[in-house]
Amino acid sequence: MNDTTGLGDDVQLITLDVNGTSHEVITAPRRTLVDVLRHDLGLTGTHVGCEHGICGACTVLVDGLPARACLMFAAQAEGARIATVESLADSGTGTGTGELSDLQRAFTAHHGLQCGFCTPGFLMLAQGFLAERPEATKEDIREVVAANLCRCTGYQTIVEAIDACATARRSQRAAGAEEDSCN
Amino acid sequence: MTSAKDDQLVGRSVARREDPRLLSGRGRFVDDIELPGMLHAQFVRSTVAHGTITEIDLTRVRQVPGVVAAFTAADLELGDITAQLGRPLSEFVPTAMPVLARDRVRYVGEPVAVVIARDPYLAEDGLEAAKVTYAPLPPVTREEQALAPDAPRVHAEAARNTLVDVSLFATEGIDEIFDQAPCVVNIDVRTGRQNALPLETRGAVAQWDAREDQLVLHTCTQTPHQVRTVAARCLRLDERAVRVIVPDMGGGFGLKCVVGREEIATAAAALRLGRPVKWIEDRKDALSASFLAREQHYTARAAFDADGRILGLDADVVCDMGAYSCYPFTAGIEPLMASAEMPGVYKVPAYRVRGRAITTNKAPTAPYRGVSRPSYVMAVERLMERAARELRLDPVELRRRNVITDFPYTGVNNITYDPGSYLESLNLCERALREAGWYERQASARAEGRHIGIGYSCFSERTGYGSAAFAQRKMEVVPGFDLAEVRMDTSGAVTATTGTISHGQSHETTMAQIVADALHLDIPKVKLHQGDTDRITYGWGTFASRSIAIGGSAVRLAAGKLGEKLRAIAAAEWDIPPEDTELDRGRVRRRDDPDVALSYEYLADIAYLKSHLLPKDIDPGLTATAVFDVHNDGTFSNATHGVVVELHEGTGQVEILAYFCVEDCGVAVNPQVVEGQCRGGIAQGVSGALFEQITYDDQGEPSATSFMDYKVPTAHEIPEVVIHHLETPCAFTATGAKGAGEGGTIGAPAAVLNAVNDALRPTGVELDATPITPETVHRALTPSTPEQTP
Repeated sequence: MNDTTGLGDDVQLITLDVNGTSHEVITAPRRTLVDVLRHDLGLTGTHVGCEHGICGACTVLVDGLPARACLMFAAQAEGARIATVESLADSGTGTGTGELSDLQRAFTAHHGLQCGFCTPGFLMLAQGFLAERPEATKEDIREVVAANLCRCTGYQTIVEAIDACATARRSQRAAGAEEDSCN
Repeated sequence: MTSAKDDQLVGRSVARREDPRLLSGRGRFVDDIELPGMLHAQFVRSTVAHGTITEIDLTRVRQVPGVVAAFTAADLELGDITAQLGRPLSEFVPTAMPVLARDRVRYVGEPVAVVIARDPYLAEDGLEAAKVTYAPLPPVTREEQALAPDAPRVHAEAARNTLVDVSLFATEGIDEIFDQAPCVVNIDVRTGRQNALPLETRGAVAQWDAREDQLVLHTCTQTPHQVRTVAARCLRLDERAVRVIVPDMGGGFGLKCVVGREEIATAAAALRLGRPVKWIEDRKDALSASFLAREQHYTARAAFDADGRILGLDADVVCDMGAYSCYPFTAGIEPLMASAEMPGVYKVPAYRVRGRAITTNKAPTAPYRGVSRPSYVMAVERLMERAARELRLDPVELRRRNVITDFPYTGVNNITYDPGSYLESLNLCERALREAGWYERQASARAEGRHIGIGYSCFSERTGYGSAAFAQRKMEVVPGFDLAEVRMDTSGAVTATTGTISHGQSHETTMAQIVADALHLDIPKVKLHQGDTDRITYGWGTFASRSIAIGGSAVRLAAGKLGEKLRAIAAAEWDIPPEDTELDRGRVRRRDDPDVALSYEYLADIAYLKSHLLPKDIDPGLTATAVFDVHNDGTFSNATHGVVVELHEGTGQVEILAYFCVEDCGVAVNPQVVEGQCRGGIAQGVSGALFEQITYDDQGEPSATSFMDYKVPTAHEIPEVVIHHLETPCAFTATGAKGAGEGGTIGAPAAVLNAVNDALRPTGVELDATPITPETVHRALTPSTPEQTP
């Protein structure tokens, strides 16, 4: 018996591709993507701040584009590639985090997080945006950062962190790096 | 910029140790906790602002598939949450807050029953089947209405809905001073009701642990030991039978420093059902039914001589605390702080104040970041601006003539201010704006018909309130001290445990810097533990910018004691006095021969595994505890904020063009962290100045129940902030640090309001209330605009 999922009669079996792994989930149709990610798959890095699509703490990538996981039913994500904050760093060892990505390191270097609750949403927002718009200016980045809410930082250091990451990626590419190490 | 020596970690922007897990999704917040067999709670909440409950019918709730139980106050028989002041009834009326409403509801959103289901969706289904009937009573929603002699009473025991009423100081001859002063200015300042708005809502997971014979309550609180006390009392358990654990916490800002009702009800349900129960607040409840803040009204006047020197301050403060007194602070926290501290950074020779807390049919309040200071600083800074206008003086020059410059300074409010940089911060902030060319740009913009204004606020912030300062308020529960334990294991690694609890403030980094310096260790050798009432005897948690000033001092003292023990063990090995040894990079070495040293691992091996080698007067083990308290009036951080705004005629929008902050929090343990606190604090202050407000209609219905109608600013609206540091070390904290958590929020509303008024100067309109809405600005700039009914 597993009564933490609270499944009613009206359940369905869906397959979700999350961070490159395929998961089969039995779920109720009304269950949101963020709840399935967090509570069925145990990927608790994605957070819930408002449940109505404003704060962006639940931002994940769906087929590479930032999406509010609180506004999607899990069933709607079937067939799509979903990426969560857990995909950014190397998986690491049992005792620690793997090596952080350049974007994550930029957030630390610029003190772009305090309590860390909104941070996964901002990271996934930036990850999707920079992949699409590597030439983004700092003002472009500020526009995009305005899509999510942070209550601790005042946003300045989040904008600076993403801008520094974008700048570093550009100079890396200009220096003739063979591979874009950011993706 | 900082006082860091080459090998010293305090004073450096050491990278945050909490970041790797938070950046990679490995934090553990309360909603991340899953326990086997866990059930989920949601609350049936009052739909009326004021009324008598005539019936609660949960029959249909219990029939909803997946619902396991539903409880009312009568089912759970819990004790009330009651916060007390040791003041006569004429000054303080005690009121009780039941965990679930019994026969009376006092605000929309008040919890009436708790529904427990197999998952949160099913719990929500259960709520929809609840049937509660009320006999409505007239709601009290406005100050004027609450204070009327024939007002309906929110609490039967509180006449005129007044919970706190104190008149203080009343310097002899103050009326004559006002009668004879060449310049008297008046203000009528209001600050809107806000939500502190941590992005993580409140929540709890409760479970009875049969082996430990103990309730384990995971909850996101800033005050774990106070939650333990209240939970034990309400549930009628010994305190040792309650363990409160605080996991990672997604912000608090004061909203989580009071004890809520829902975490107690969640615990009660877990005990009743013998199964773990989780409650996660949704955003609607967080916005309208948790704890709100900030709704205050200041009617004040100040007298000045012809040179602009302040002669007297006379103020009446009314704070709308909503339906209940919060634990442990009581409804007194806002008016008592405002009354005691209002003279602030200025040399005020005569002072009189009346401070009142009123109760209304609105969600109760908690002390939000800054507490009363954003409001009273706004009132005082408005008085300074008004006086400057009356006397045709530059407002910065007027402040220069009035700020305290000789320290320690004992004010008319009987508070002794430790040294700060009030004048220096004011001068430096003004210079920064001048050098950036803002005065010229303002002049040329004005010539073009644009509305650019420059505004300042100059203020201090009492931090490190010890028990002496809180005792002045006559609280029955007197916060103040903190406790730290530092222990070293046989591998030479150090565990520090404190009674403070970080939720964004970076204690895992800053406390480790303090310990590492005291013990000459590398930071990775130090691990901080917080937020577990079983791991430390007691703690007062994190609020009032106390953690580094008080908690950090306790940690520094405990680490120092441990260092002394290490030296004593080494000295015994060498048979020399401990004074002839010193700590050096993970070792104790001889002063007379620095090449001779014993590693901490070697000394720990003796202390634990070969304790027979220890001299009789040295106990085995390597552990030290220390308590730190502040026995004077506390330590005062200070700052000046300078803001440039442009008002846009068509839209009424207030655009912040530049923001300067010159702050002094003593020794900055980690300057990057201090800047983060400043920027984040300023963002919240700007939010209060320009955007956020929860209003209530005449029926007591809250206006904002989602982020669609509670306007939280984004990166669009929050300006970049230029920060300058000054450093006046505190003489009595162990690191020289003062608190740094609240200053940004305190200074921003006054500076923004003053800048808006400066921009409005050609119109003759002066605004005295926040939030400053586009409608207000538009009307001020376009006098023919028809007045809209609110």
